[in-house]
Amino acid sequence: MSTTAATRTGRPSRGPLTDLLTGGGRARRLLWLLVGLWVLFSLVRVLSGEQELTSSSTLSAALLLAVPIGLAALGGLWSERAGVVNIGLEGMMILGTWGAGWAGYQWGWVGAVVGGMVFGAAGGLLHAIATVTFGVDHVVSGVAINILAAGVVRFLSELLFTEGTGGGPTQSPSLASDPPSFSLPVLSSGPDLLSGLERQHWFLVSDLAGLLRGLTNGVGLLTLLAVLLVPVSYLLLWHTAFGLRLRSCGENPAAADSLGVPVYRLKYLAVVVSGALAGLGGVFLVFVAGIYREGQTGGRGFIGLAALIFGNWRPGGLAAGAGLFGFADALQLRSQTAVVALLLLIAVLLAVLAVHQAVRRRLLQAVIAGVFAVAALVGFLTIDRLPEGIVFFTPHLTTLLVLSLASQRLRMPKADGLVYRRGEH
Amino acid sequence: MSGLVRRVGLSLLGPVLAVLVALVISAAVIALIGENPVEAFRVMTDLGDSPSQQVQSIVVILNRAVPLFLSGLAVAVAFRMGLFNIGVEGQYRLATILAAAVGAAVVLPGPLHVLLIVVVAMVVGALWAGIVGVLKVTRGVSEVISSIMLNFIALGLASFLLTGPLRGSPPGASIVTTAEIPESGRVPSLNGLLTALGLATPRSGLYGFLVMALVVGVVVAVLLKRTRFGFDLRATGLSPSAATASGVDARGMVVKTMLISGAIAGLVGLPDLLGSQYDYGTEFTAGLGFLGIAVALLGRSSPLGIALAALLFAFLDRAALPLQFADIPSSVVTIIQGTIVLAVVIANEVAGRLALRSAERAGATAGPGPQTDGDDGVPPPTAPDGGQRVRTGAPGTPEDVQA
Amino acid sequence: MAPADSPADGSAAGDVPLAVELRGITKRFPGVVANKDIELRVRRGEVHAIVGENGAGKSTLMKTLYGEHRPDEGQILIDGRPVSFRSPSDAIAAGIGMVHQHFMLADNFTVLENVILGSEPTRRGRLDRATARRRIEEISERYDLGLQPDALVEDLGVGDRQRVEIAKVLYRDARILILDEPTAVLVPQEVDELFGNLAELKREGLTVIFISHKLDEVRRVADSITVIRRGTTVGTADPRTTTAKQLAELMVGAELPTPETRESTVRETPVLQMVGVTVTDGAQRSVVDDVTLTVREGEVVGIAGVEGNGQAELVDAIMGLRPLAAGSVRLGGEDVTAWSTRARRESGVGFIPEDRHRQGMLLDAPLWENRILGHQTRPPAVKGPFIDRRGARADTARIMREYDVRAPGPDTLAIALSGGNQQKLIVGREMSAQPRLLVAAHPTRGVDVGAQAVIWELLKDARAEGLGIVLISADLDELIGLSDTLHVMLRGRLVATLDPRRVTPEVLGGHMTGARTTAGAA
Repeated sequence: MSTTAATRTGRPSRGPLTDLLTGGGRARRLLWLLVGLWVLFSLVRVLSGEQELTSSSTLSAALLLAVPIGLAALGGLWSERAGVVNIGLEGMMILGTWGAGWAGYQWGWVGAVVGGMVFGAAGGLLHAIATVTFGVDHVVSGVAINILAAGVVRFLSELLFTEGTGGGPTQSPSLASDPPSFSLPVLSSGPDLLSGLERQHWFLVSDLAGLLRGLTNGVGLLTLLAVLLVPVSYLLLWHTAFGLRLRSCGENPAAADSLGVPVYRLKYLAVVVSGALAGLGGVFLVFVAGIYREGQTGGRGFIGLAALIFGNWRPGGLAAGAGLFGFADALQLRSQTAVVALLLLIAVLLAVLAVHQAVRRRLLQAVIAGVFAVAALVGFLTIDRLPEGIVFFTPHLTTLLVLSLASQRLRMPKADGLVYRRGEH
Repeated sequence: MSGLVRRVGLSLLGPVLAVLVALVISAAVIALIGENPVEAFRVMTDLGDSPSQQVQSIVVILNRAVPLFLSGLAVAVAFRMGLFNIGVEGQYRLATILAAAVGAAVVLPGPLHVLLIVVVAMVVGALWAGIVGVLKVTRGVSEVISSIMLNFIALGLASFLLTGPLRGSPPGASIVTTAEIPESGRVPSLNGLLTALGLATPRSGLYGFLVMALVVGVVVAVLLKRTRFGFDLRATGLSPSAATASGVDARGMVVKTMLISGAIAGLVGLPDLLGSQYDYGTEFTAGLGFLGIAVALLGRSSPLGIALAALLFAFLDRAALPLQFADIPSSVVTIIQGTIVLAVVIANEVAGRLALRSAERAGATAGPGPQTDGDDGVPPPTAPDGGQRVRTGAPGTPEDVQA
Repeated sequence: MAPADSPADGSAAGDVPLAVELRGITKRFPGVVANKDIELRVRRGEVHAIVGENGAGKSTLMKTLYGEHRPDEGQILIDGRPVSFRSPSDAIAAGIGMVHQHFMLADNFTVLENVILGSEPTRRGRLDRATARRRIEEISERYDLGLQPDALVEDLGVGDRQRVEIAKVLYRDARILILDEPTAVLVPQEVDELFGNLAELKREGLTVIFISHKLDEVRRVADSITVIRRGTTVGTADPRTTTAKQLAELMVGAELPTPETRESTVRETPVLQMVGVTVTDGAQRSVVDDVTLTVREGEVVGIAGVEGNGQAELVDAIMGLRPLAAGSVRLGGEDVTAWSTRARRESGVGFIPEDRHRQGMLLDAPLWENRILGHQTRPPAVKGPFIDRRGARADTARIMREYDVRAPGPDTLAIALSGGNQQKLIVGREMSAQPRLLVAAHPTRGVDVGAQAVIWELLKDARAEGLGIVLISADLDELIGLSDTLHVMLRGRLVATLDPRRVTPEVLGGHMTGARTTAGAA
C-alpha cells in the first residue's frame, strides 16, 4: 500500500558531489568521497607544486577561518529549522564582537565569551519579537537588525571606549587575557612527528600529516567548543523530543500547534539560541584579533548563511560548507598562487560532473559543467595569481553556483520563512 | 470620503508611530548617557545661524537625500511586486564604477556625455539585477540569497576593476580611483536656481541630478499607479495566484521587475559621481543600498513617502556634525535610524492588521458578514508595505514559491 | 425527524453519561455570530454525524470542542463532567482526538515522527523511536490502518495520510474522535476503506463525531445525526427513519428547487471544443484523462463529480493555467492550445474561479481595481497603456447597481465585502466583458441564498443571449437546475453524459461515486 522504508536515506543530497559515488549507504559514500578528495588534493599539490595547498599552516588557518562561519551557519540552522529565516546573523555577530570586546577587556576571555553570547542573544531576541510576536516578514526584520546592530555598536563604542582606555569609536581596548590552546603531545608538539612527515612532501602521506597537524596544533578552546557544538546540535535536534518539536515548527507549525507543541515559545528559543551562536562566532573573531574592531565580521554572517544552504540545512553539511569556505579563505591568505592551484581542482571536479550529467542524459547541465571545467583549466594554466577582489568573492560565487545548479535537491524546512500566526492556518 | 480619510490615516500610522517610538527611545538613550535629550534634538535641528549657513545645511541634506530617494525607489519597485531586492548595494557600485570608467574614457558634447553615463549605469544595474530574476524564475533560487551573494561578487569585481584595469590614479597614490570624468560629463549644480530664488549661495553645489531624480520618481509613480504594466506588477505583489488567473505572466513579471529595479539602482551612485566626486574610488559613498531598504520601508513603497523618508534620513545624517560639535556622540543618529527601521516594520505590520479589521467591520455593516467557516475570510500574509510576498504563500499551496 | 431537544430514540437520560454534550454553545467573531446556542448530544460508542451546508458553522463548533478556541457562552461536558479547554492539549488530555479536514502533517517527517510529535516517548533524554515504532505498529494492526512508520509522509497518498491522522489520535488514547469532512478529498474506494475503519473504531468502543455536508454518506454510516443551519442546531435525526429529502429540508430549510421546464437556448455553433485533453501532475499521473467535450452557444455544460477528480485541473486547462500533456482546446474554431491565459481571456473567455480569494480578487485592493483584474487590456479599464481610472470606477458603480453588490462604494476594499457580494462583483465583471465562453467553477460556493438566486438568474439570462458556460459544481441542484448537458467526472475521465431534465440526485450521485456505470462510459 505505502512506499518502502528505504526512501529516507535516498532523500536530500549533499550536493552534486555526492552523486559521483554510488551505493553502499550514506556512511560508505561519505568515506569514498573523503578518500577521493584526499587523493585529488594530493595529486593537485604534486602536479602544481603548490605545497601550501595541504600544509598544516594552511589547514590551521582554514580551521580558524571556518569556525566563525560555521558558528554563524549553526545559528542559522537553529533558527531556520524552527521556521524563522535569519538574515540578521551578520548583525548578531557584530553585536557579539562588540560584547566580547567590551566584556573581554574588563574581565578576560571568559567574560568575553559570556558577553559576546549575551549580546548576540539580545539581537536574536529582537528578531524573535519582531517576527514571532508581531509577525513581521523575516527577511525585513533581519535586514533591520543588521542596520540597527551597526548603529548600536558604533554608539556604544563612542560612549564607552573613551580616551585613556586604549580604545576608540571603532575598536576596543585589548582583551585582558587570552584563551588557552591545545596541541597533541607527541604528534603535534614537542617532537612534532607530524611536522616531520609533512616536510617530506610525499604523495598522500604528507598531505594527511599536514591535515592532522593543522587540526591538532595550537587549537584554541573556543575552536574545540565550536567543533563540538556541531554534533551536539545534531543530537539535540534530531534525537530528542525537544528537537523534534523544534523542527516541526519549521515544517508545519499548524500541525505542531494542534498537537500541543508550544510553537511560539520554541521559535523564540530557537532564534535567541541562533543569536547566541552568531555572537559566539563574533567572540571567536575577537579572540583572533585580540580586540574588537569595527567591520570585523566582514560579511561572515552572510557566508554562514551560504554555508547553511550549501549544507542543505544539516549540521554535517554546514560544517563541510564552512570548512570549504574557510579553506579557500586560508589558502588565499597564505599564498595567492596556491589559490590558482584550486582552479585545477575545480576543473577536475567539474569535468567529472560533466561526464556524470552526460551519462544521465542531462545534456544542458553537462555542457555547462564542461564549459566551466575548461574555463577553470585554462585559468589554471594561464593565471599566475588571482587578484584579491576576485578571490574575495569565491565563497559567494560557490554558493550561488550550488544554489543554481542544485536548487531542486536542496530541501529547506517546509515552513521556513512562513509568518506563523495561530488561528490563521 | 471618511473611508478615504481613514485609509490614509491608517497608512500614515505606521511610519509616524515608528518615528515617534524611535525618538522616544533615542531620547531615553541620550538621557542615559547623561546628556539632555531636548538639547540634543535642538542641536540636531539647528541648521546654522546665518542664511548662507542655513542654505548650506539644506543643500547638504538635499544632496544626501537624492541618492537615498533613488535607492528607496529601486527597492520599492521590487517590493510592490512582492520581491526583495537586497542587491541594490552591489548593483549601484558596479554600475557606478563602470559608468565612471566609460564616462572618463570618452568625450562627447555635454548632454550626450551625461546621457551616455546614465545609460551605462542603468544598463549595468539592470543586468546585474536581472541575474537575480532569471535565477529565480529558471532555477527557483531565492532572490534574497542570490542578491546578497551578488552584492559581494559585485564588490569584489569593483575592487578588482578599481585596482586593475580601470585604475585611473597614479601608482602609489593613497586613494585609488578611476580616471576623472571631464567637464562635459558632469552635471552642473543648481546653485543658479537658488540665487534666482533670492536665497544665499551655499558652499556646496546643489546636485543637478535632483531634477533627474524627481523625473524618475514621477515616472515610477505613474508607472505603478496609472499603467497596465504597473497594475499587473501590483496585482502580482498583492496576490500572485489572482494575477496569474487574470493573465499575468508571473515569470516574465519577475524578470521585468528586477530589470527595472536594477536600472533605477544603477542611478543611485550618479548624483555623487556627477555632482561632486567625478570619479569612483575606494572612498566612494557606501551603504546606500541598505539605507535604501530602510527608506523604502519607512516610505511604505510609495514615491511620495520615499521622498519624505529620504529627506528624514538625510536630515539625520547631516545632524551628526553639529552633534559632534556639541560633544554628543554623533552615532546617536545611527541609533535613531536603526530604531526607526525596526520600529517601522513592526508598526507597518500592526497598522496593516488594524486596517484590515477596520475594513472588515466597514463591510460587515453593508451586508451579510464575511465567512468565518472553512477557508473563507482568512487574510493573506502581508508584505512589509502591505502587499503579499511572492515567497510566503499559505502552507501547502502548490504555487507558493512560484513566480 | 425529531425536534431539537429530545434524544433520537427516546432512551432515558441519565442511564449512562453522554460521551459529549454541548449546551448552549455560542461563538462570535468580529462582524458575525458563527455559532449560536448549539445543542449536541453524543452517546458513547456511536457514530454521530453533524450535517449542515457550507458556512453553517460546523468547523467553528469543532474547533471549540477541540480547544482551539473558547466559546463565548455555553458549556461543554465530556462523559458527564463539565470541562474547559484552554488549548488542544487539554482536549487531548480529555480523550478527544481531531482528524482535521486539511491534514496537519509535516511532509518532510516520517509517519512515526508525525504520529509521536508532542507526545514523544523518551529514554534517558533521547527519543525512543523503537518504543514508538512498536506502539504504532500495534495500533496499525488493531485498527487495520496499514501504516509504515518510516515512510515519508510526502510520499503517501491521500487515503494513507488520513490514516496517519487517525493513528495520531489513537496514539494519544483518544476515546472520542472528531472527523472534519473526512470524505471531502477521498475517492469512493477510499471512502469505503474509511467507513470500514470507522466500524473498527466503533467495535472497540470509541465514539466518533463526523462532520459532513454529504447526506448520502452520512446516512450510510451514522447512528445519529444533528443538523446545524446558520450557526444553530435545528434538529436531530435517526438515519434509519429519516429520508434524505427530509434531512436536506432540515439543512436548507426550504423546499428543494425543482428543475423547471424551459425552452432550450442551445444553438449550433460550438464555442469550446476540447478533444482528447490530458493533464498530468508532477508524478506523471493523469489528473485529466482524455477528456472530449463541446460547449455550444447558449448551452450550459455542467460537470458533476466529487471534488478532487480532476475538475480543478480541467478548469486550469481551459484557462491556460496548466499545460496539456495531450489533446487540444479550440475556442470558436481557433486552436488555442498554445495560447497564454491572457490571450484566451482577451478572445472572450470569462472566468469565475473556484477560490475567489486566491484567484478571483485582490483582497487588499479597492473594488474598482478588482474590476480591472482579468481585463487589464481592454476598455473600460484601460486606455492605451494607461489605466482609465474614471472609466473603471464608473463601470464598477454600474456593476454594483446592476448586480446588486452591497458595499459603500467603488473605493471599498474587496476584503470588506461578504462572500456573496464579492461573488456578485466577480460575475458582473466577467459578464461585462461580453464573453462568449464562461468558465464557472462552484459559482455559488460560500454565498448566501439570496446572492445565489441572483447569480443563477444572471447565468440563465446570459445563456439565453448565447453565452456558452462550463459549470463545475458540487451543488447537485445547481447542476441540475442550470445545465443543458450534464457530464460526470470521475478520476479524470468523463464517465457519463446525462440529461438533466430526467436525472435524479440519486442516479447522478451513483455515477459520481462509481457505483453505477453506463455502457459506453468513456
